Amino acid sequence: MSTIVSVKNLYKNFKEIKAVNDLSFSVEQGQIYGFLGQNGAGKSTTIRMLLTLIKPTSGVIEIFGLNLQKHRKEVLRQIGAIIERPDLYKYLTALENLRIFAAMSGVKVSEKKLLDQLAMVGLAERAHSKVKTYSQGMKQRLGIATALVHDPQLVILDEPTNGLDPQGIADVRNLILQLSKEMNKTLLISSHLLSEVELIADSMIIIDKGEKIVEGKVNDLFDPAETIIELKTIDDESMYEKLTQSSLESFVHGKRNDCILLKLHRQQVPDAIKQLVNMDVPILSFHSKHSLEDYFLSLTTGSQHVEALKN
Amino acid sequence: MWKLLKIELFKIFKRPRTYIAFGAIAAIVFLIQIALKYDGKSYIDLLLSNLSGSFEFNDDFKDKLLNGYLICFVILNTLLIQMPLLIALISGDAIAGEANMGTLRLAMTKPISRTEYMLVKFTASFIYTLALLVVMALLALFGSMLIFGTNDMVVLRSEGIEQIKNFDVLWRYFAAFGYAAVALTTVSALAFLLSVFAENSIGPIIATMSIVIVFTILSEMNIPIYDETIKPYLFTSHMVAWKGFFYVKANAEGTTINGSIENLPAVLRSLGILIVYIFVFLGTAIWVFRKKDILT
Repeated sequence: MSTIVSVKNLYKNFKEIKAVNDLSFSVEQGQIYGFLGQNGAGKSTTIRMLLTLIKPTSGVIEIFGLNLQKHRKEVLRQIGAIIERPDLYKYLTALENLRIFAAMSGVKVSEKKLLDQLAMVGLAERAHSKVKTYSQGMKQRLGIATALVHDPQLVILDEPTNGLDPQGIADVRNLILQLSKEMNKTLLISSHLLSEVELIADSMIIIDKGEKIVEGKVNDLFDPAETIIELKTIDDESMYEKLTQSSLESFVHGKRNDCILLKLHRQQVPDAIKQLVNMDVPILSFHSKHSLEDYFLSLTTGSQHVEALKN
Repeated sequence: MWKLLKIELFKIFKRPRTYIAFGAIAAIVFLIQIALKYDGKSYIDLLLSNLSGSFEFNDDFKDKLLNGYLICFVILNTLLIQMPLLIALISGDAIAGEANMGTLRLAMTKPISRTEYMLVKFTASFIYTLALLVVMALLALFGSMLIFGTNDMVVLRSEGIEQIKNFDVLWRYFAAFGYAAVALTTVSALAFLLSVFAENSIGPIIATMSIVIVFTILSEMNIPIYDETIKPYLFTSHMVAWKGFFYVKANAEGTTINGSIENLPAVLRSLGILIVYIFVFLGTAIWVFRKKDILT
């Protein structure tokens, strides 16, 4: 598997603000690579640097093994992208927009191919409608069609599900999976909606304040040593007291949303359940709460967790 | 490059706002032509009133005076003051409008160099300027020739009047329209430059018009200290030099010399200054745009 994107020691300063700070990561061929971070973490700035919209303060970006600054045109010819909103020419039709961006990408695409492209994103019937009549979801799908019109190897989608309703989000998710699995594209997808990335990405990076916090395969990152248990009992107040005075005391992590939180090593979970039963704790629910969202929040809001994971 | 230019022209001529300028020109030209068709004599009397102390003009002379060439001269005098606004509407929108729509960032992710993009955008604005002038020429010159007919053209100057023979007029108009194209391209280049700094087109349009108005006022002011220090360097001082094509040389008897231009070097110098302005504005716009981070 070859490296498609290689970013080394990337920095971007806007006057005294460090938007991106010593960022390094790589994306392998055929991957769906999640680029995660809260709003303002530096995702869009990084993506804009990958697309030559912003010049890095320092650092090296190589795409397809070529230095981006030196081989800008060759590299961009193989990239399709949406940055934030898919803004298009509203006074033109979908087909006209697609034709324009195909021509700008340096490829001659037949009318049939353009219509096929619109059909792929479910817009064939509205091909001749002006974009100003489109819903947000339709614009997003048309944006994806314009990103794909020149058959790029690398597709970069910045917040592709922004502003979409649940059905729209599902449609875009399925389209991304289709691009990866059926068309063998490499995709770099930024999002702050972590549940989305969790469902589709193979690998991911989490950044905060312009710095890398963690990078790796989603499955690996998603299976850390510690897990949080949300325990709901008939009487949380008294059970909380009881647990803090029991052998489980060291695992009690606090209370949240009418639940008692236990922090355990995965291997300790079966024993903890046995002890709770032996203590006659009236359990209503026992939920191992570990989604990517929790993981992300623990990384970006708790510096202790960050340091622990870094080490 | 040609493919990109076709795209830009397609985009410009697909926008309804593009046709506002053409509509405005047509409206102004027709209003002037209609007014002069029905009340041309009053206008001629007004024009000649300053000279009537030293000259006697009979009705036949006045009828000859009111011909298509003079009407076009009147229209040119009026419209070339207003046209910078119409030019700025498109040129000021060239980059700022794309930034505002969000399409600039999409365009810049395509394999096009920024210099190429700017040159294409500017060329498209230039073609739009030319299209406006061609429409204006068709309506103002050929339209007036059709409605009012042709005859010798009389140009009123502060020193008196000069008469240009019928056959000696048309080439002067072609030269004047060519010059006007350069003058308006200067305004277009200014609006284009300002467009690079903005994220919506209102700013560059207003800024362009403000600069043109301030410079025009300075150009027209009769303050001796400005005559040599500021006026020669303001592009607005040179925008009206197209009139030079209608100022002809006269022989010792005071008869105008066919095919002559009174002060061709001055016209060419003004033309040169405008061309320098165009290159400075365009060069600066490209330089700034190449260094610019696209954050919209």
